[in-house]
Amino acid sequence: MIRFDHVYKRYPNGREALSNVSLEVARGELVFVTGHSGAGKSSLLKLIALIERPTRGQLIVNGQNVAGVSRRKIPAFRRQIGMVFQDHKLLYDRTVFDNVALPLVIAGVRTKEIGKRVRAALDQVGLLGREQCLPLELSTGEQQRVGIARAVVSKPPLLIADEPTGNLDPDLSLEVMNLFRRFNEVGVTVLIASHDLYLLDRFPVRRIRLENGRIVDPGNAAADDAAPLLDPRKLLEREHGAPS
Amino acid sequence: MIAWLTRHLQTLVGSLGRLSQQKFSTFLTMLVIGIALALPTCLHVLVTNAQRATGAWHRALEISVFLQPQTPETEAQQLADRISKRRDVAQVELITAAKGLEEFQRQSGFGEALAALNENPLPHALLVRPDGAYTSTDHLAELAAWIRELPSVDIVQLDTGWVERLNAILEAISRAIVIATALLALGVLVIVGNTIRLDIQNRRAEIEITKLVGGSDGFVRRPFLYSGLWYGLGGAVLAWLITALVVSALRDPVGRIASLYGSSFELASLDLGTSTKLLLTGAALGWIGSFLSATRHLRDIEPS
Repeated sequence: MIRFDHVYKRYPNGREALSNVSLEVARGELVFVTGHSGAGKSSLLKLIALIERPTRGQLIVNGQNVAGVSRRKIPAFRRQIGMVFQDHKLLYDRTVFDNVALPLVIAGVRTKEIGKRVRAALDQVGLLGREQCLPLELSTGEQQRVGIARAVVSKPPLLIADEPTGNLDPDLSLEVMNLFRRFNEVGVTVLIASHDLYLLDRFPVRRIRLENGRIVDPGNAAADDAAPLLDPRKLLEREHGAPS
Repeated sequence: MIAWLTRHLQTLVGSLGRLSQQKFSTFLTMLVIGIALALPTCLHVLVTNAQRATGAWHRALEISVFLQPQTPETEAQQLADRISKRRDVAQVELITAAKGLEEFQRQSGFGEALAALNENPLPHALLVRPDGAYTSTDHLAELAAWIRELPSVDIVQLDTGWVERLNAILEAISRAIVIATALLALGVLVIVGNTIRLDIQNRRAEIEITKLVGGSDGFVRRPFLYSGLWYGLGGAVLAWLITALVVSALRDPVGRIASLYGSSFELASLDLGTSTKLLLTGAALGWIGSFLSATRHLRDIEPS
């Protein structure tokens, strides 16, 4: 589904956000990308969504080499990726319904069909009946669920989320994570950037660890992470590297 | 196709709804456009009316043909028929010697004195009115020369000097209107373009989000194009109202002037054709202005 091949990303200011990143995420996987803030998690996701382009190396998303996607073709490329953001990125002057409907409207889906699919998506995130609310009338957790409904309403094969639980308390975080897991169970490839230790602890899935723009642990074998790490010290070790 | 139409219709109405949320600033923008469009429109109405008022001058554009004395009336009539067969001649009026004398007696005030004459000194005369399409000075001269060669024709009078002057003045005025219209149209493009640019800046976040979820440049641009269309159309409606107000304010004084000159001339407002043209022009200018501005400025906004 996603393949990085010796990918580098250097920003115009000279900062190298990613260096020599090679990794592969298979179709149908649920993967965490972890690391400190500034480790390159966001850059990784931005490259996948073609918000940024690699400086060097090859990146293939859903069978497409991003280098071959011209500026004009970026919109169509992005439509196969559902994106969830830490700050939700909702349109605050539109209703919940209109927010979730946006990807369908862009794709040119018929009005009747839009209504059906928006309600189905809102039902999945438990917000059916709140269609006519404005985002600011909802709690942060509910706003994040609106963002998730928008990301999945057009049934993209790939879902990427940048710190989706960053602003949520543990209970809401779990709720949101369970949503992602449910989408993963129906075959959606899910990639979540997070440094939420509590969350990582609860979900024994593959995790890719970045540090200073390099992959320090590709977390290849899913079995490696099969058991939840219950010891907080071990967890810290995992997150921040063994003390030397 | 239906889905496509529905989407456009939704955007069309949606952009109108958005404009109505900021009534005052929308109205101001439309008013500026309206004033810019009203200026050439008023000039146009002025010239149209002037042409109508001077329509009588075209009738004065006549060639007077005096026949030799003692030409029989039947021959004069034949001559009139012959001239009127020409394609470039609209009408030929025969004024017989008797009729000419009668008219002269009535208008000159020499009635008594003339009655004392025992013989009519006037010849038969023909008033040749050229067709409207053939009023160039060269053509008139050619026509006059042809008439001069006809038998029994004594004098042919054609004063083309003033026609040339009038034509030159009208030419200058209409060229000035074209230039003014072009400049003001450019002004409307700039006004709409700038308004749309500010609009785009204000909605930057929304544009970024739309692009993030896969909205193409065309999709993002569409509501701005419709906003531009509404600005232009609204401006044109205001321009129409301004012109109508100007005309109705001038109607009475102009009517008084006309009546002092013994004319029943009345100032006409915009006709249906001109009104339609005004509205279409306004809408088109709004569309083009927003297209140029949105195409340029939306490219710069990319999610980061």
